[in-house]
Formats: sequence, structure tokens, C-alpha cells
Amino acid sequence: MHTFKYTAASFFKYLTLLLGALVALIPIVVVLFASLKTNAEYASTGPLTLPENWLNFSNYTKAFVDGKMLLGFKNTIIIVVISIAGATLTGSMMAYILSRFKFRGSKLMMGAFLLATLIPGVTTQVATFQIINSLELFNTRWAPILMYLGTDIIAVYIFMQFLDSISESLDESAMLDGASYWTIYWRIILPLLSPAIVTVIIVKGVNIYNDFYTPFLYMPKSDLQVVSTALFKFKGPYGSQWEVICAAIMIAIIPTLVAFVSLQKYIYNGFAQGSVK
Amino acid sequence: MPKLSNLSYKNQRILIIFLFSLVPLLLLLTFSYLPVFKMFQYSFTSWDGLSKKMEYVGLENYKTIFTKPEYFSVFKVSLYYFFATFVQMGLALYFATILSFNVRMKNWFKGILFFPTLLNGVAIGFIFLFFFKPEGTLNTLLDLLGLGAWQQKWLLNPHLINISLAFASVWRYMGMNFIIFLGAISSIGSDIYEASEIDGANRWHQFRHIIIPSIKRILQLNLILAVSGAIGVFEIPYVMTGGSNGSSTFVIQTVDVAFKYSKLGLASAMAVLLLGIVILVTILQRVLIKEEK
Repeated sequence: MHTFKYTAASFFKYLTLLLGALVALIPIVVVLFASLKTNAEYASTGPLTLPENWLNFSNYTKAFVDGKMLLGFKNTIIIVVISIAGATLTGSMMAYILSRFKFRGSKLMMGAFLLATLIPGVTTQVATFQIINSLELFNTRWAPILMYLGTDIIAVYIFMQFLDSISESLDESAMLDGASYWTIYWRIILPLLSPAIVTVIIVKGVNIYNDFYTPFLYMPKSDLQVVSTALFKFKGPYGSQWEVICAAIMIAIIPTLVAFVSLQKYIYNGFAQGSVK
Repeated sequence: MPKLSNLSYKNQRILIIFLFSLVPLLLLLTFSYLPVFKMFQYSFTSWDGLSKKMEYVGLENYKTIFTKPEYFSVFKVSLYYFFATFVQMGLALYFATILSFNVRMKNWFKGILFFPTLLNGVAIGFIFLFFFKPEGTLNTLLDLLGLGAWQQKWLLNPHLINISLAFASVWRYMGMNFIIFLGAISSIGSDIYEASEIDGANRWHQFRHIIIPSIKRILQLNLILAVSGAIGVFEIPYVMTGGSNGSSTFVIQTVDVAFKYSKLGLASAMAVLLLGIVILVTILQRVLIKEEK
């Protein structure tokens, strides 16, 4: 009886896991199927039918060329690289002075960053838009870059948490050798922060790559489209060509999949650290 | 680069504090605090966002939001997402718990359940448009399972549209809750489980008396964040339906009022209201967590 109960529980456990996995995968897998079908094939088969030719990439070429996805990737990469480099630098600098120096106003600064996390970005878009506009940054890549830099407080927290584990005697011994604070930061602290930097890069990278409303609102110019906005543009004109839209979806997803598979370990850590405030 | 090391450490300190905090503080003020200030200011005007002069209208905008049902009704839509969050957290907690113990192909399941969270929001919107289409994945699946009678027009039926969209939202964010819970559960020492097993505790007892109490704070935090999350829903309904057919959320409406209808003053008042709710919820959370200690 006991073994029966145990088997039943185990069966239920695997059944739910399998169901969960199917629910997570089916919506994506059917998009993959559709993306590999020809137009006629798409029209005559159901979404769950496998494609006849697994190597039919004509929809991908079409989506990639017509949707100017290359441009989207170029703009996304530029924005991601500059924002992340900037956020890593400013975040680690801020964390460095806040964790290593006790000075008047440090509590106030910390509080200001803390309080800012309470303001959800979406609520202030209307006013932020006017600021971007008056800085003449509307329809430039600098609008999203500055916003991704400016709102980043999680990075400061992650760096500060990490700095606590780096012994201050390391700083002190460098000072005995006559190193300046800048040298200490640049040569000692920053290299030691590299695990935290990986975390910040991953968390920010995922957020920026997936963000839709910032580029959508601030860079409507078609030359400046990013992956998200390029994909969004498929909505109207390709309404009847779902096989092309599906290929575009896959084009946007594949980089995430590759990054996930190759960085899995860091990604789990990154999210666990990045989300527990 | 001027030689920093020529300065005394005291002067270096002042210089480095100033230089290192300059850019972050400037960005913080420009993109976090100034917008809030401006938002309050705009909310008392009838500004259209373009004209040179702003006309002060007092509390008129706030009155409009509370008295016109078309502005206020969007909060009803939030309820769908609010309830969906409970489903989402329940599922996340369930999967995090069973995957904390011995399971075959553990890492595969972890990866598959978490992966959707990493996807592009627009891609997810499209994936679910495809999923809910009349001849789309869900209806085909139902047919295959012999449940053809259950087929629905998921996004065209006003009674179902928000449930469908909330499902997409659960699909998207469940993995995030899951990974946070998994992290929290894994920080519980294995000796506690061992000790409880000696005392004859089964899995349910362990869940009820060890896991739940140790992750209570994260659970609470997530539950309360669900309120602001439910009001802040934007991407999925915007990409999928554009807010049509009764699926418009508070944020979609704010964006439309501001940028489509050029009523910046009114949109700002809506944003102030949204911010107010979020702050209220945050204070509530602080108070509740403090009581816990």
C-alpha cells in the first residue's frame, strides 16, 4: 500500500512536470513549425502538423530582408553595448564610493536611489517624454541609452553586495604602495567585481533586448528600429502571412535561446541575485 | 589624465566621491525625479503637449478620471491580471518545491519552465496571437484531444479575451517567480529536512512547516507586488489586441490619452494615480513585513 501511494505521488509529480513543460513549449514549437512551412502548406495544414521540409528557410529570408531585421539587430547591439558598459561603470563607481567611504550625504544618496526604485517607469513616461524631447534626444539612440543608464539601481545593489565581500585590507595594502583611489578602483576592485559584472550584464542585457515601449515611444524613426520594434511592425502588413511572422518571431527568439543555453548557469544566478532586492 | 596620486588621500577622496557620483546622480535626477515633479505639474493643466502655454485647471483631470466610466472601467481589467498572479505564484511555488527535491531530468525541467521569462515581449504577444487564433494552436489542440466542443474565439469573445491575455501573462512571468522561489528554497539547509524526516514528516509537512515559513517574506513581497503589477500591465495586451474589445489596461489607456489624443494633462493625472497606488502598496508591504519581524 505504501509503495502504491509512493508510486502514485511520483506519477503525479512527473505528470504535472510534463504538462508544465508542454505548456511552456507548445506555443513556441508550433511557431517553429509554421515558420518552416510554405504558404500553401501553411494554408492547408493545422498548426500541430509538422512541416514537410525542415530546411525550408525561405520565410526566414523573407522576414529577415523585408523586416530589415539586420538593422534591428545592429541598433539593438549598439544600444545594448553602450548601455551595459555605461551601467557597469556608473553602477560600480557609485557602489565603490558608497561602500568604501563614509561621507556626509552618502545616506541621502542611497535613499535617493532607493526611493527611485519605487517609481515604476511606465507611470512617468508621459513626463519623461517631454524631457527627452526638450533635450532634443527624441528619435536618437541616446534616448533609450540614457534611460537604461539612468534608471539602473539594481546594478548598484548587486555591486554593493559584492563589494562587502571584498576585504578592505586589500585597498589598504594598495594604499601603502601609494596607489590612488582611482587605481584601486580600476586595477583592484573592478577586476574582482567580474562575477557581479556578469550578473549585471545578463540581467540588463535581457531587459534591454526585450524592452518594447522605450524604443517604441522614443525612437519611432524606421532607421532606428530595434529587434522589438522591427518585430512589432510585422503586425499590420503581414496579417495574412503568418508563416513569415512566425519566422520573424523565431529570428527574435534564437539569440535568446543561444544565450540561454550557453550561459545557463550564470543566468540562474543572475536572476536570483538581480531580483531579490 | 592628471596624476591623482600626487594629491593627498583626503583630497583624492573628495575628488573621487564627486566624480564618481556626478553622472549617476545627474541621470537619477533627470530621469527619475524630474519626471515625477513634471508629472504632478502637468496633471493640474489641460496641456496638449505642444502648445506654448499651459492652462491651469485644478483638479479637473482627476475629476474626469473618477467620474467618466470609460476611464475608470480599466481597473476592472486589472482584476483579471491580479487573480492570474495568484495562479502564477501557486504554479511557481509548486514547481519550485518539487524541483528542489530529487527529480529525474531536473535541469531540463528547470530550463524549460524558466525559458519563457527570457523571451522578447513582442515575440510573446505574437506567439499567443497565433496560439489563440480561431484556427490556431489551442483550438486545434482541443480538437485533437476530442474536446472540439470547447473551442472558442478566444480573443474575439469579450468575456474570454482578458482571461486569454492573463493566461499569456502567466505563461510569461511564471518562470520568473519560479526561479526566485527555487533560489529561496535552495537556501534552506538540507539538515532541516533530514531532521524532519527522522521525526516522521512527509513531503507535505515539510512544505507546510519548513518551506512556506522560510520563504514567507518573498511570498508576501510577490503577493503585494501583484497589485502594482496588475495595474501596470502593458505589453501583452498592447501587442496582441491594441487594447480593443474591452482589453485595454490602465497603462495602455494612459499612453493612448497622452500620445494618440494629445491630452497630456489628463494622462499625467492618470499616471499620478497609478504612482499613488504603487506607493500605497509599497508602504503596505513595508508595514506588513515589519510586523512580521
